[in-house]
Amino acid sequence: MRTILSIAVDALAYGMVLFIISIGLSIMMGLMRVVNLAHGAFAMIGGYLASYAVRSWGLSYGFAIVLAVIGTIVIALPLERLLFRRIYRKSDALPQLLLTIGITFLVIGIVNFIFGPTLKPVPLPGVLSGPFDIGFRMLPTHRLFVIACGAITAAALWYLLERTDFGVRLRAAVDNGDMAEALGIRTELIYLATFALAVGLAAFGGIVGAELLPIEPFYALRYMVVFLVVVSVGGAGSITGALAASLLLGLADTTGKYLAPEFGEFFFYLAVIVIVFLFPHGLLGRGALR
Amino acid sequence: MIKSSTLLCMLAAVGLLGGPAAADTIKVGVIGTMSGPYALFGKNFKMGIDAWVAQHGSKVGSHEVEFIYRDEEAPNPAKSKAIAQELLVKDKVQYLAGVYFTPNAMAVAPLLEQAKVPLIVMNAATSSIVEKSPFIARTSFTMWQNTVPAAKVARERGASKVAIAVTDYGPGIDAEAAFKKTFEAGGGTIVEAVRMPLNTTDFSPIMQRIKDSGADTIFTFLPAGPPTLAFVKAYIDNGLKAGGIKLMSTGDVVTEPDLPNIGDAGLGILSTYHYAVSHDSPENKAFLDQLVKSGGKLDEVTMTAVAAYDGARLIYKMIEATDGKQDPDKAIAAVKNLKWMSPRGPVSIDPETRHIRQNVYLREVAKRDGKLENKEVQTFEAQPDWALSKQ
Repeated sequence: MRTILSIAVDALAYGMVLFIISIGLSIMMGLMRVVNLAHGAFAMIGGYLASYAVRSWGLSYGFAIVLAVIGTIVIALPLERLLFRRIYRKSDALPQLLLTIGITFLVIGIVNFIFGPTLKPVPLPGVLSGPFDIGFRMLPTHRLFVIACGAITAAALWYLLERTDFGVRLRAAVDNGDMAEALGIRTELIYLATFALAVGLAAFGGIVGAELLPIEPFYALRYMVVFLVVVSVGGAGSITGALAASLLLGLADTTGKYLAPEFGEFFFYLAVIVIVFLFPHGLLGRGALR
Repeated sequence: MIKSSTLLCMLAAVGLLGGPAAADTIKVGVIGTMSGPYALFGKNFKMGIDAWVAQHGSKVGSHEVEFIYRDEEAPNPAKSKAIAQELLVKDKVQYLAGVYFTPNAMAVAPLLEQAKVPLIVMNAATSSIVEKSPFIARTSFTMWQNTVPAAKVARERGASKVAIAVTDYGPGIDAEAAFKKTFEAGGGTIVEAVRMPLNTTDFSPIMQRIKDSGADTIFTFLPAGPPTLAFVKAYIDNGLKAGGIKLMSTGDVVTEPDLPNIGDAGLGILSTYHYAVSHDSPENKAFLDQLVKSGGKLDEVTMTAVAAYDGARLIYKMIEATDGKQDPDKAIAAVKNLKWMSPRGPVSIDPETRHIRQNVYLREVAKRDGKLENKEVQTFEAQPDWALSKQ
């Protein structure tokens, strides 16, 4: 029983990291129909900025997170103006893939040049490092923080998209862009804001998840498959879908690692195959990727 | 005026080249992890070789030596083989050196006899590599060499139930076998043996498994690089260290550049290894001074720098013995039984295995002048590769 609980806690933490990073990608894919392969690159930029802010400027962890998220958005916005807005919605998948994978390679090269090829940790503050006793086992305190971050992110996003004016406009722009524009909604700005949101979430996930998915130049490619898998299993554009997919895949991966570590990621991908076979549009997808 | 003098110089140079005392260039192809997550170790190859060249000049007799670096990047045998072929055919190298990963070394080995080119392995640590070709010599270490002392120390210090967690590839399997054999011969039991995939980054479930196995000590090997840090942190943060479970490893897991990232929580972690940057000897001091002088950073020095430094010594020796001619038999024969004082301590090349015989040190993570280091606390003298040598 104790073991099952322990695995569940580890799975929850891993799932939440997957969720925070992937949800931004899910929004991009579901709402703006962009298969953004540069998403991992944005997560990585966030991680590097936070690492740099803490280690070189001595900023506190919390402040570094805020700064790095804003910094990543600032870096990404010119890209949106110049490149991404050309590939929203209407364009084919191929130009999208080529453009975004190109950006990814560019980011990898630049990051490698500036920060070097070694792993860059994001040092944790004293409160979050070290073990924490949760009764039946010791757990890295940081994991609890990650779980909390994931839960808050999910709730806030749900509120933003379902309950606010911005959410209404966004959904209108997504469902019928021309009609939304005719009604006076500036879809261009809506898309810009959504792009910033997706990038910000990627950066946030990259930073808080740095303990599980360490920051190094090839981060952008290495974990991209996992993020894409979460989105396709969860269903593009669905928050609950992404959450369910993250937790389920986190559970499959963690249990697999506990029971049969030599199988590697076998159980993770087995779960993916089964789920996608049963739900071709993802767990809660709207069949959005037409 | 300037132009005519340049012309004269050029003419003179051309004249020299055409002359009978022609200074030839001997090329050495170095295959290392120059980019990617393991780039630090490729960089160390270069730092070590640069230090050697700075101390001993770029000439052996009348032969100019040129090192050409190529990137193996990751455990990717096909790529490494292609690189080696390119170096042999296009660059016409007379010697190959380097190689961080075992699978890559295995892929290069079959080319050597055809090309009549010796390979000095400067890292890849699976015992059987030297058996793949008579033209291979190694200046790094093997898993058996470093692990057998680890198992002895663990037993001496009262460990009775050990959980082994190793990376699931050649060296990891060697480490597991070496530890198991030595530890069980000493009367201990292995309660758990986990083989972790190379790309594992989340070690929490594995820590849980080890905890459930009831082990009092963990023995681990992971190739030095990003995962080692994650492993040690998972060990500390999942409460295994606080719970009194000891961690014993080869030095790959606590390389000096990683120690600041592990932090004070790492104090007391034991490891056995052939080289610690803190090794106290005049040779090591001179070596480190030279590294810094040639542009290296002291915080980045790892075991691959010293392996490369000693590897360059072998290459110079081989060039000297063959007078620059391509004669791999003579070259390899020249380094067998070679003895010298390395920055890591006294070493020699075992004539049977062509592998380096060296001291292995038990080290403890300790603090000196506010900096974490691997402090050598015990020496196992002149250790052979226990898998290949009988004594």
